[in-house]
Parts: sequence; structure tokens; C-alpha cells
Amino acid sequence: MNAPTFPLLLDRGEDEREESKLEAASDYVAFLRNICLSLVSLVNEAAPKQTPLYDEHVRLDAKMVPFAGWLMPVQYTSIVQEHQAVRNTVGIFDISHMGQLIVEGAGTREWLNAMLTNNIDKLDVGMGQYTFLLNERGGIIDDLIVYRIGDQKFLLVVNAARTEDDFAWLQKYLCAPIQIENRSANFGGVAIQGPRIGELFHALFGKGIELPPRNAIVDLPFDGTKVSVARTGYTGEDGIEVFFRANDAVKLWNAALEKGKPFGIKPCGLGARDTLRLEMCYPLNGSDLSPERNPIGAGLGFFIDVTKPNFIGRDALLKTKEIGPREKLVPFRMKNKGPPPRPHYAVFHNGERIGEVTSGTLSPSLNWGVGMAYVLAAHAKIGAEIAIEIRGQKFPATIEKKPLYKKSAS
Amino acid sequence: MNVPDDLLYTESHEWIKREGENIRVGITDHAQSELTDVVYVELPKMDRQANAKEAIAVVESVKAASDIYAPVKGTVMEVNKALEADPGLINREPYGQGWIFVLKIDNADDLKQWKDAEAYRKQIG
Repeated sequence: MNAPTFPLLLDRGEDEREESKLEAASDYVAFLRNICLSLVSLVNEAAPKQTPLYDEHVRLDAKMVPFAGWLMPVQYTSIVQEHQAVRNTVGIFDISHMGQLIVEGAGTREWLNAMLTNNIDKLDVGMGQYTFLLNERGGIIDDLIVYRIGDQKFLLVVNAARTEDDFAWLQKYLCAPIQIENRSANFGGVAIQGPRIGELFHALFGKGIELPPRNAIVDLPFDGTKVSVARTGYTGEDGIEVFFRANDAVKLWNAALEKGKPFGIKPCGLGARDTLRLEMCYPLNGSDLSPERNPIGAGLGFFIDVTKPNFIGRDALLKTKEIGPREKLVPFRMKNKGPPPRPHYAVFHNGERIGEVTSGTLSPSLNWGVGMAYVLAAHAKIGAEIAIEIRGQKFPATIEKKPLYKKSAS
Repeated sequence: MNVPDDLLYTESHEWIKREGENIRVGITDHAQSELTDVVYVELPKMDRQANAKEAIAVVESVKAASDIYAPVKGTVMEVNKALEADPGLINREPYGQGWIFVLKIDNADDLKQWKDAEAYRKQIG
């Protein structure tokens, strides 16, 4: 399509000679502006963002998929191999898509305690905790980890897809002098997870440096720069999550892959991240958690402190506690070998529909179909027999205890 | 990626091997490498009729379930029972022990619509 160039349209001297021409031109400007606006929204929707490690993923021949507005590796070689690397040796994940919000200023501690469900007063400087951001109905806006990185300074690591919403929500309730900053674009992150993390940690950060304790975060020097290392993860294995300036991403990623070679490190994608977390029954926001679900129904009441006098969603949660949730999130395991359960499959009991699967897969550790489902509370009992409907056929399953996979003591 | 010259190929990544009045069908090396880690195969029922492009089998990886289509109209004559015990055959030998079903075809001319190896190589780039 040949569109006239802008200088032509802006050349008023020529247009003034003919009124209608001018009108046509301004119409055309409006028309172009509309096209530009729709192109901008099209680009926003159609072009997922790239993490600072994008080129490394491509170099490693990863299969890239759009996820939560980002182009992310779903796998490099095979989900099963990557999963096993994390269970048996060590694996590294790009988690640069996750959001980082920094909240600071006098009164931040008290204010965040009214925004989040867990009790921030339990956190010493340098410690983190799993917590929820709820709406007034007690529905889950996001699940996140809040780290106390100063007396009145906190780092919130949030889900990629929720970053903007979380930020907007918190800003809505913000009161001076508390400040919140969305640093997601400036930071990259990797998770390094697996039983050989100790050895790799020392190879990366030095023999004399100790791994931070569970849930702690520390700043460590690394190759002429500084990175934040947290002893947290989403896999059920020991491990760390490292946050750094976006510019340092490639350096850290490649150093971990190089120094991790003797320990059998593998780059791992979102596919393995999902199977690993599901075996542990860690919830996935957007699948197992949503604004229509609250933490009580999700079985995550442990991360709510209702002794706190006030936080958003508290009243709704107290009510749910009193009358009990209508549905509960339960882990289940298929009785027989067969097709793996998937999200949205219906759950039955004695021919009655009692719920829906929210996460499901073939567990690579167990080589067996497992999942999580919301079922009517009356049926949510460990050991209860249920059936999962797969392509019109019902397959028996059993409600299990968390987690679905436990490392055998060795 | 392995694309044998003596087979025909569908847009949806099935391969077709002519065996007299029958065709043997599986998924291509490219398809198995995209899926990776095949963990379950739902085979078609024996003797069932199938229309062209009708989904009659399912191959499931860790991540997702994918339909497998009958390339042409016909009747299911054989299914690969070995896949029930060892679905990974599809990954290891997509053109050999990893075959999925055999169809007796109604009309051999129906096969003309499908691609030769050259055209399929172009499709998968």
C-alpha cells in the first residue's frame, strides 16, 4: 500500500488553496492516527517481550513460546530430561519475566501488612515469605514472595502476567511517603535448582561464601558486579533464585552453565518448571489461583495471618473460614496408567460432577498421571475415589496428600 | 530432520506408507521432535470407519494432547498395540516401530492430495 508521506499532509500552504482538500487531509491524519493506535495495540498483543537471555535461549535451540506477555523457552531438549536434571543434579531457569516491585519509605511495613495476607512483622531484614495480594472479596490477585531488604524497604517478586495489575492495585492504595517502583524492566533473574546447588553455588560465588539460609536474600559480589541471591524456588528441590541488573544476565547465565558442567547442569524451560511445581502441589496463578478463588479454598491458609487486625480481603476470608469454602483444591493421582489429566477436564464422583481439573500432567518423577482439581468441599477427602473425564471416558483417580511427589530418603 | 523419500506427508505431520490397498500411518520425525516425550497414545478402534481428516487417535506429550488424523477415507485394519506399553517408540522410531495405525483405503486417488518428501521438507522449513 502506498500511503502519502507526512510532509505532504502537513504542507498547509498548498492545502489552504482548497478547503475540501484540507478537510480531507485532516481526516487522513485522524485515519492515520487510528491506524497507528491500532498498530500499537496490535504490537503490544502480538509481540511478546524478550528477556535479556533471549539470544542465549535461541543459541541453545530452545523452543520459544509466548507466555504471560513474554517469549519464553518451554524446553531446550526435553521436558522429562530437564525435570530429571533438577531432581537429580541441577538445572537453571530464566525467570526474568517475573516482576520486581520495590516498596519503600516510612510506614511501608505497616502499609504492606494491610495489603498482603502473611505477617510481615515476622520478617527480619534479609528474609522473605510467601504471601497473597487479595481483592476485597478475598479473591487472589497474585501470589508472591515479599523480601525485606531494609528496615522499611521491600522487594516483591510477582507473577509476570500480574505485574502491571499488582502495581496498579498497590498504587491505588498508596499513601505518602511510601513509594512503589516497578523495576521489572531493569532486572533479570534465574532460578538454579537441584541437589547439587551447594557445589555450584561455591563454584560461582567462592569457596568461603555460605549459601543464604532458607528464604533469606543476600547481596553477593559476582564477577565485578553485584547480584541478589535468595534461597527460594518453585521446584521442591534445594536451590536459589538470583536477581541482577538486566545487563548482567548473560554473564551470570553463561557462568552458571559453564561452572555447572561438572555437576550435570541443564538449562530448563517452562515445561519442566510446571511439572516440577505440580509434583510439589505448588499452585500456578491463572490455573489454580484466580480472583474467583481465595487462599482458604486453595488450601493455603497457612500464608494468611488473620490475627492481623486488618488487611484487604480479611473479612471475606473470615467468613469463608466460618462457613467453609464451597470448593477445595485437592491433589489427585490416576489409579491406572492411561492418558494424563489436563486442565479443565471434569471431575466426577458416582456419576455426579463435583469439580474441574486446574493443573494436570504426567509426572516425570512418578511416570504417572497427577493433577490438582477444585472439587465440592464435601468430596475433598484424602483417599476419596474420584473419576476424571477424558475425551468422554471416565478414568478413576484418588485424592492424595500434598505433595504428590516425595523424595525417597537416601 | 529425517524425511524419507518413499513416504507421503500430510499438512498435520502424519506420514503415509502405501502397502497395496492399505496405508500405514505415523507421525513424522519433525512432529515427534516438536512434541517430545510422548507419554500416551490413544489408538483408534479396530475396524472403525474413518473419514478423511477425521481425528481418530491422540498422541499425548507431557505438555499437551494432539489429535492424529486419518489422511484419507478408509477402515482401520491394524493398530500398534506396542505403543500402549511403550509410547516412547514414537520418539525413538517415528517411521519404524512407532507407526500408529493401518487403514484400508476406499480410493487410492484420495492419496494424490498429499505431499511428497520434497514438499513436506519445504513445509517444515
